[in-house]
Amino acid sequence: MTIPFYVAPEQLMKDRAEYAQKGIARGRSLIATTYDDGILLVAENPSRTLHKISEIYDRIAFAGVGKYNEFDQLRVAGVRHADTKGFSFSREDVDARSLANLYANYLGQVFTHEMKPLEVEILVVELGSHGGPGQLYHVAYEGTIADQERFAAIGGETATIAARFGERWKKDWSLGEALRAAVSSLAGPERSLKPGDLEVAVLAHGNGRRAFHRVEDAELDALLAPPPPGGKSKGSARAAGAGRGTTKPARGAG
Amino acid sequence: MGTGYDGLAPGSYVMGLPIFPATEDPGPNFAALLGNRRADMAGGGIPGASGHGASSGAAGPLRHGTTVVALRFADGVVMAGDRRATEGHIIANRTMDKVFPADRHSAVAIAGTAGPAIEMVRLFQTQLEHYEKVEGVALSLEGKANQLGVMVRDHFPLALQGLVVIPLFAGYDVRRARGRIFTYDVTGGHFEEAEHHATGSGGRDARTTIKLGFRDGLARDEAVELAIQSLYEAADEDSATGGPDVVRGIYPTVATVTAAGYQGVTEDEVAERFRALIERKRAAGQAP
Repeated sequence: MTIPFYVAPEQLMKDRAEYAQKGIARGRSLIATTYDDGILLVAENPSRTLHKISEIYDRIAFAGVGKYNEFDQLRVAGVRHADTKGFSFSREDVDARSLANLYANYLGQVFTHEMKPLEVEILVVELGSHGGPGQLYHVAYEGTIADQERFAAIGGETATIAARFGERWKKDWSLGEALRAAVSSLAGPERSLKPGDLEVAVLAHGNGRRAFHRVEDAELDALLAPPPPGGKSKGSARAAGAGRGTTKPARGAG
Repeated sequence: MGTGYDGLAPGSYVMGLPIFPATEDPGPNFAALLGNRRADMAGGGIPGASGHGASSGAAGPLRHGTTVVALRFADGVVMAGDRRATEGHIIANRTMDKVFPADRHSAVAIAGTAGPAIEMVRLFQTQLEHYEKVEGVALSLEGKANQLGVMVRDHFPLALQGLVVIPLFAGYDVRRARGRIFTYDVTGGHFEEAEHHATGSGGRDARTTIKLGFRDGLARDEAVELAIQSLYEAADEDSATGGPDVVRGIYPTVATVTAAGYQGVTEDEVAERFRALIERKRAAGQAP
């Protein structure tokens, strides 16, 4: 008869947490912040097609760091959850809070019951309705959930990046200002990040029903350029996107 | 369908994060995610829905939407539909919309039994957006047309019981840089129409009007004008098609789909064009 090894629960949890933290720390970081027309998400990501930031629903976006296949599975699950909920009830009934809670439950479940915890850290952000404040939910690998008011940073070296960014954060700053601050906070004093190293997206009030919009190419270059002396440069992020905000659900007609 | 979401009916919403084992993953297919409830419904059928339009079967009166048209022009397509819904000989609704944005670059219009038609549009809209979000790219225009075909085919058993839904699909093909129109029959068969099409009870009259005024490369204004004229003539001949309601200020829905996306034509513009049309007819000595 073999006697199973006894491992103290504290040790077990500690080992798992360490394992997950190591996996997450290997990846590059990500910042989400509020700005005057919505929420900005900036990630360091050299890939143009394997996204860290994605659209979940009309006013909800998802961002993940860590192991790509693991957070991408969570992203798709979020899209499914939101679309099913919106289809069964109404588009208005889909909210970030309940989705973030589901993620937290799932991550907590996996952390305690599975062999291997998920090596991910995710953000679920929602644009405030009627111009109200946005919501940023930070969900960690073991299922802890926290809501941030101003900004959130996830990934490796979060503490340093958050400290750097926190010093520069301003209420109701413009998209360009917020983006430049986020990029230099991600880069730190020794490095500089080029547009090709960045993945940038916004949830903006000006975009109509589907508020999510990727900021790419020329638009990104223009926003990253330092503002002309004296004049204040303000990014548009495609305000009042033509034809974009017109898709409304066919509800109640006939 | 073997997914964890089997038999999910609208309103019976399953909590929990929909994560599937890799072999059972429904991919970007929203209908599969919901479970094959449409097939369940078709198996049972709707009791009392008789054939022949099923306008007042034992199940009660059913609402019908009527005339919708689509035509190509230089920059894309114009789509328009009247606003009347009927229940047998009665006008059930004067303000029903039958033209909907399917996604950014396509529009869908419906004729037939209003209830399932609107449900189909809702599922179609969700499906297109769902695919785009899960896959990260939008479906091709032909892919969208095929998707709608599958939905119409799934509805076929109900169509046999009289609950016919005939959609009309049009959009701007971003890859080929032109507008395209697809028409459907009850079996889900779909066909690409080169120039224009109209469907619904007043469809024949609308089609004739468009045919007389159509040429290749119409400008946007000309195409909108022709769509409006065709609905006017259809309403003149067909009792189930609503004309411009000047008293209540209700006018047909008109929309364009171009490279810039789906854009509804403002009610003011539509009203003004109808006013001008009636004016012209009067001046020419024709009864308006």
